[in-house]
Amino acid sequence: MAYSEKVIDHYENPRNVGKLNDQDQDVGTGMVGAPACGDVMRLQIKVSADGVIEDAKFKTYGCGSAIASSSLATEWMKGKTLEEAAQIKNTQLAEELALPPVKIHCSVLAEDAIKAAVQDYKQKNGIS
Amino acid sequence: MKLPIYLDYSATTPVDPRVAQKMIECLTLEGNFGNPASRSHLFGWKAEEAVENARRQVAELVNADPREIVWTSGATESDNLAIKGVAHFYQGKGKHIITSKIEHKAVLDTCRQLEREGFEVTYLEPDSDGVISPAQVEGALREDTILVSLMHVNNEIGVITDIAAIGELTRSRGVLFHVDAAQSTGKVAIDLDALKVDLMSFSAHKTYGPKGAGALYVRRKPRVRLEAQMHGGGHERGMRSGTLATHQLVGMGEAFRLAKLELEKDREHAKALAKRFWDQLSDIEEVYLNGSAEQRVPHNMNVSFNYVEGESLLMSLKDLAVSSGSACTSASLEPSYVLRALGRSDELAHSSIRFSFGRFTTNEEVDFAATQARQAVEKLRELSPLWDMYKDGVDLSKVQWQAH
Repeated sequence: MAYSEKVIDHYENPRNVGKLNDQDQDVGTGMVGAPACGDVMRLQIKVSADGVIEDAKFKTYGCGSAIASSSLATEWMKGKTLEEAAQIKNTQLAEELALPPVKIHCSVLAEDAIKAAVQDYKQKNGIS
Repeated sequence: MKLPIYLDYSATTPVDPRVAQKMIECLTLEGNFGNPASRSHLFGWKAEEAVENARRQVAELVNADPREIVWTSGATESDNLAIKGVAHFYQGKGKHIITSKIEHKAVLDTCRQLEREGFEVTYLEPDSDGVISPAQVEGALREDTILVSLMHVNNEIGVITDIAAIGELTRSRGVLFHVDAAQSTGKVAIDLDALKVDLMSFSAHKTYGPKGAGALYVRRKPRVRLEAQMHGGGHERGMRSGTLATHQLVGMGEAFRLAKLELEKDREHAKALAKRFWDQLSDIEEVYLNGSAEQRVPHNMNVSFNYVEGESLLMSLKDLAVSSGSACTSASLEPSYVLRALGRSDELAHSSIRFSFGRFTTNEEVDFAATQARQAVEKLRELSPLWDMYKDGVDLSKVQWQAH
């Protein structure tokens, strides 16, 4: 399968790889997927007091498209408010990375990871 | 060293230059281009002679009578002809067939088709080493069993089946035994005079011959009958009609002649390469060789790099032509059914890469491959949340995953 240049770029130079302390009050963690499906994404955000995402980190077990989708997601989330970040759609990620139809599920997983991280932060901090 | 490096000899092999030369001589006006079935002139006679010479060369590799070799287009066709041919001919005797879960799709899908036609099929499960034992076959044999079909060497994990012992069982019970030997010719010595195998499928292109050529061994004593699947001019004693492709068959014959001649040399070469490769990888944490370490052909190394997903690993190994048992390389999104049948965890099944070496693989290429694999695994583990969890002592089998 041929990968788009953008997928290869994110795969070879993944942005924001790492781990934040998930015990910290200002950190939200989203972990989605399953080893059985060949994809597991962990996406974490560090949120400022005024609700802006200051930092985002990810680690992904999965194919190149899954790695690229989560890498791009962290890039897009940084600097956004929680509400703005939650608006990121899988179709936007898929379009930006020119994912082929069989890889759309990777962008869906990234969207799920974003939502899970935001949700985790909100829950931790009693925001509904 | 030329990049990319071809390490996918289990998928197909390049045609040996000595084989290609023989094939070229059977194409043009100056060459041996006649129809082997033409009985009325020299062109036909010469072509027939070349095809019969090739038939003898194929028979000689496996110690069979040339009259027991039926030409086909490849191992898939041979499998279809053997299994459907036997099932349709002997269905009055019984409608039960035994095979295994780790067979090639050419066998599994043929069996599925027969199930739709009313046959019953037992799919044996291998042990965790990928081995199907004679005892398992014995336990599955029934009064109405007409055929057992098992592969000699597994294409994904290189494990060898004990066809000698299984043949003893099937013969004593009057059940026919078909063996797909696509992956074993030129790798394992085969003596059909001693083995109690009734049908055996061969492929040219896994043994340095051309694609599009194969053969089916059909035993004469005791005689095995088949219902033809391809009807027409009655070629191949009515078992498989169609004009014989002289150049392809001459290529297969020469390839099998060389396979016999160089069997030991090829095997020693593969063994040395495999050892060299594994010595450079086996000290990495959480790396597993899939399939029995003893009962195997050396040239096929199916390795799981735990906590690294196979397709992303392939992406890093872009200078290597290897294949992955991972889901994403196929359209099905299912990881290798062979590794799953071995009871490998999902992570391990998704993390496997098959490296297969051959006649033209060099030490330098193997060293390069091992170095690349090491670096890629290191890089991807840095990216892997599963590796993190493993390092933190989390038992992944206890985690509540969100399957999608």
